[in-house]
This record gives sequence, structure tokens and C-alpha cells, in this order.
Amino acid sequence: MAEEIIICRDVHKWFGDFHVLRGVNLTVRKGEVVVICGPSGSGKSTFIRTLNRLEEHQRGQIIIDGIELTHDVKNIEAIRREIGMVFQSFNLFPHLTVLQNITLAPIWVRKMKRSEAEALAMQLLERVGIPEQAHKYPAQLSGGQQQRVAIARALAMQPKIMLFDEPTSALDPEMIKEVLDVMRELARSGMTMLVITHEMGFAREVADRIVFFDQGRIVEENTPEEFFRAPTHERTKLFLSQILHH
Amino acid sequence: MRKISRWVRENLFSSWYNTLLTAASLWLLWVVFSGLFQWAVRDAVWSGGSAACQQARQLAQSEGRPWGACWAIIPANIKLLMAGTYPPGELWRLWVSVYLAALLLGASAGVWKGLLRETAIAIGAGAVVLALLPWSTAERLWIGGIALALFVPMAIFWKARLFRAIRWAVGVGWLLLPVIVLVLISGFSPWLPRVETTQWGGLMLTVILAVVGIVASFPLGVLLALGRQSELPLIRWFSILYIEVVRGVPLVTVIFMASLVLPLFLPGNLRIDQALRAMVAFTLFTAAYIAENVRGGLQAIPRGQIEAARALGLHGWLITLFIVLPQALRAVIPANVGQFISLFKDTSLVFVAALLDLFNMGRSILANPDWLGFDGEMLLFIAFVYFICTYSMAHLSHRLERILGVGER
Repeated sequence: MAEEIIICRDVHKWFGDFHVLRGVNLTVRKGEVVVICGPSGSGKSTFIRTLNRLEEHQRGQIIIDGIELTHDVKNIEAIRREIGMVFQSFNLFPHLTVLQNITLAPIWVRKMKRSEAEALAMQLLERVGIPEQAHKYPAQLSGGQQQRVAIARALAMQPKIMLFDEPTSALDPEMIKEVLDVMRELARSGMTMLVITHEMGFAREVADRIVFFDQGRIVEENTPEEFFRAPTHERTKLFLSQILHH
Repeated sequence: MRKISRWVRENLFSSWYNTLLTAASLWLLWVVFSGLFQWAVRDAVWSGGSAACQQARQLAQSEGRPWGACWAIIPANIKLLMAGTYPPGELWRLWVSVYLAALLLGASAGVWKGLLRETAIAIGAGAVVLALLPWSTAERLWIGGIALALFVPMAIFWKARLFRAIRWAVGVGWLLLPVIVLVLISGFSPWLPRVETTQWGGLMLTVILAVVGIVASFPLGVLLALGRQSELPLIRWFSILYIEVVRGVPLVTVIFMASLVLPLFLPGNLRIDQALRAMVAFTLFTAAYIAENVRGGLQAIPRGQIEAARALGLHGWLITLFIVLPQALRAVIPANVGQFISLFKDTSLVFVAALLDLFNMGRSILANPDWLGFDGEMLLFIAFVYFICTYSMAHLSHRLERILGVGER
């Protein structure tokens, strides 16, 4: 068994009076691909955002690659360097070219040389299939291309873990495939991935494990085959019937 | 041709009352423009000093016809309007300052293309046109030479633009320019005799006050805007207090306090220069407004931008410097340039500090009995100069927005 790279124990979070995360327990091993699904408002997005401290958890324990997430800024910075994140709305920097978007963090956080960072960026753009767009601005690209740049930007920090927060939800149907293909390739290369998605075909094919969130808790956790064949929880059955037969 | 005549028939003479309206409008235009032409061009006095103007006016009055404009008031007072009472023997220092700026702009236009080059070419062309006006030969050479000072380094540095060191040198030149110019103009003992700022005046003073105000208030305003969003309560409260207090006070009051009230609090032997006080007043005043403009820009940055930067491991000042400020400042270019244009025009309030900028120099010339009664000509000229300057700023900002908007919807 590979080592445990993410360990969450009894993670709680409140937004004011609203109890968003009600004791989440999850362990992810190195190289594992975990798909997280669940109804909107179930806390799945908040949960993965606690992993790199975009949201702060208020109770419980999160340990990433042996480092516990606390208020210690050094720890937070160290953990953020290990975790790449891809957002639903891409969040590329509109005033920078594609190449500058990708090289900014390696140069200023990893202290990489500019030439080195640019070579790495071109290599990554090659990998996500759009090297010819390097000198364009994000607004000049299609949604699918922008999301692939966002993936390349996250990979440029050479993270050990990649978080995907509904990476294809803002895309036109014909662009979803090009992004999923990149993610598929990434999964095959052995990257540890946590993916929030409603693409059940992708989940069935790529995931090692599917986790189902409801009301701030993980209510079901299983291999894809078992998850789709025999969901045990009522809420899961309802969700699957809705999402598969809409 | 047929198209035009048809358009005229359909739009101007389609019915009897339309024809009547057209005729009435034409008559009105004729009255206004023939009057204007008569005053501003046909009967105008272009040279010869105040005597020529007074004579022409008296002659017209005795013949019972309207008199013409006295444009001669401008060339007769051009030195006062441009440089105030700056010692005539030291005027070369102003020219050298203008030439230093021109050389640097020319070099920059060679190194960086785009807006800088457009600006350099426009100013060079303006200098050539200006040199065609009836100046003395020496003045004409000085003015026309500006075009050379722009275009020659532009050509030379075009060849050298690929060297990174050259770019650095030009950038450093811009940083040093204001200091060099201020030292040159005010003099430094024992090599250059001192010229007190009370002798500065006219357009030169207007430009110096405006440029110093703009260059100093911008960074200060940005810092205040960032301070207003700081997580440290002390800095936040200071910024808010400063911005709100300054915005609550009229500019004239700020200058008044800087020039008249401040000395009461300072020890008697500590004398701060009047012009310097005015500069500080303009800077502090404008900074508060810039801060509020920039705050608007800061608040318009989507949260996702900052989250993405954090997720990449960027922190604090790196996010501010690379992600937030570039986008925020670009968004508020129009508002900030509007503020700078205001500042440029508001420099005319320095009369409170007993300084004579372009506008107030004009007024003091009009107070001279020789030039009594020629207010219209003087004010039109001053308005024209202000317009040229402010319109250039507005146009520049417009181009800057378009250029920086590359790749954005």
C-alpha cells in the first residue's frame, strides 16, 4: 500500500451559524484518484478548499504529506506548494499571457530561473495540447483551452496533489472532453487527484474511489463499480437516479 | 453632387416654414461668425505692443465701428506667461530642462515603441508648427530644436533597443529627470546662482506644480488605498482618517493652510519655500482622491483571482504586486487621469500662496494699465493653452487604456 498523503480526521467548519462540514473523515493514498460528488450545498467544495487553506477548518485535523495544517503560515505555504488547484471558473490572470500565467509562481515561489520556468511551461503546454497559444492572453482562448492552461499553471509548481473543483461545469459540452482527456492522462501518470465532478462517465473510468457528500458529511465511499451498481445510502440512490436519468 | 443637392432639398427646404427656419439660421450664423471674424482676424492687431493696440482701438471708436482683437498682448508678454519673472539671463536653464526631457523621451521612443513613439512624434510635430510662428530667430531655433532633440535619439536608440542595459539606463534617466530639472531650475551654490521660487511663474510653474503633484500623489494614493484595506487596524484607521479628512476640506483651504497657517506653528528660523509648500499641498490633496479611485479598482478584482494566486503558493505582497495592482490600476486609469486633469487646472489656486502660475500671471498682466481692457484676448489664449495640455492628457489616457486592454474583452 502506498503512503497516506492526505489524512482528514473529524473536520468541522461553520459559516457563521451554518455548520457546513460536520465531521469529515477521509484518507487518500499517494497516486489515488478520488472523485467527490454530491448535491450542491453538501459541502464538497468547501471541503477540498480546506485542504489548501482557502477555507479554514475549525475543528479536527488535516495532515498533508506529513505536515499538519495549522495557523502556522510556514506550514500553510509549504502545503500550498504541494497542492495544485483547478477552479470551475478557471481564474486565469487576465492581464498576463498564457506563458506568464504559468511561469509566475515557479519564478517567484520556487525561485526558478526565468529560462528554466519558460522551458517547463512550454513542456506543460505541450502536455495539455496547446503550445501554440503560449503568447496569447486568456481572453483570446476558448473555455476548454483556458481550463487546460489553468491545469498547466497548477502543474508548473510540480505539486504532489491536484484538486479539481468542478473543472468542467463552466464549459460548453464540446469542450468538456478535451479537459477530461488531460485529466485522464494526468491520472494515468500517477498524480494524486481529488476531483469534484458530475461527469459520472469520467468517475467510472478513472476514479479509484468515489466519495459521496451530503449535508457536510461523507455518507458513502466505494469503488466506482460498487458505487454505481449497489449504492447503499438512500440519498446516494436518489442522487444517482437524478444525475443518470436527467 | 446630386446626392448633396437632394439631401439639402429634403432636409432644409422641404416646406415653406423649413425654408424660413433655414434662412433664419443662416442669418444667425452669419451674424455670429462675421462678427467673430471681424474681431479675431480682420481688424485684429497682431504685433506692435500695447501702443499699437490702444491706437487701433481709439481709431475704431472715433470712426464709430467695432474694434478688433489685440493679439499683440500675447507676444508682448510671452516671456511672463511662459516663465514668469525668471531672470532673463538664466532662461537657458529652462531650455536645457526642456531639452533633457525631450532627449529622454526621444530615447524612450526609440527603445519602446507604441505610445511613447506616438507621443514623441506628436510633440516633435507640434514643436515644428510652433517654430513657424513669428518668434525671434534665437527662440525659433530653440523651439525647432526640440524636434531634433526628440528624433535624433529616437533614431540612435532604435538601433540600441535590444540591449537590456540601455533600457535600464533610460528608465533610470526618467527617475533622475525630475531631480535634475528641479536642481537646475532652482540653482545650486556656488556654481549656479539660486533662483527663488517667487521668481518662478507662468506655464513653467503650472507644469512643475502639476507634474510634481501627479508623480508624488500617485504612489501615495496607491499606498493609502492599500492601507485602507490593511489588516492592521492602525494603518487602516490612519488611512481612512486621512482620506476622509482631506476629502472633506476644499483644496483652497489646504493650500491656504500650507502657505499661511503652517508657518505659525513652525519655529521662526525654519522657513519652507512657498512653492514647495504648494507642491506638498497639491500632493496630499490629490493623493486622497487617487486613493479612493484605486480602492474602487481593488474592490473590482474578483475573489477568484486572489484564491488562484494563493493556491499557487503566492503570498501577501506578491499577490498585491503581480495580480491585484496591475488589474486594479488599469481599471481606474480614466478616473485617475480625470483627477490629474483636475489637478492641472487647480494649480491656478496657487495665487493663495502668492505665486503666479499661467492663469494668475495673465491676470496680473491685465492689471497693468497698458493692457487694460484686453481681458478677452488674454483669457482666450490661457484657455487655449490649458485645453491643449488637458486634452493631450485625456487623449494619452485613452490610448493607454486601449493599449493596456490587449487581450481583454
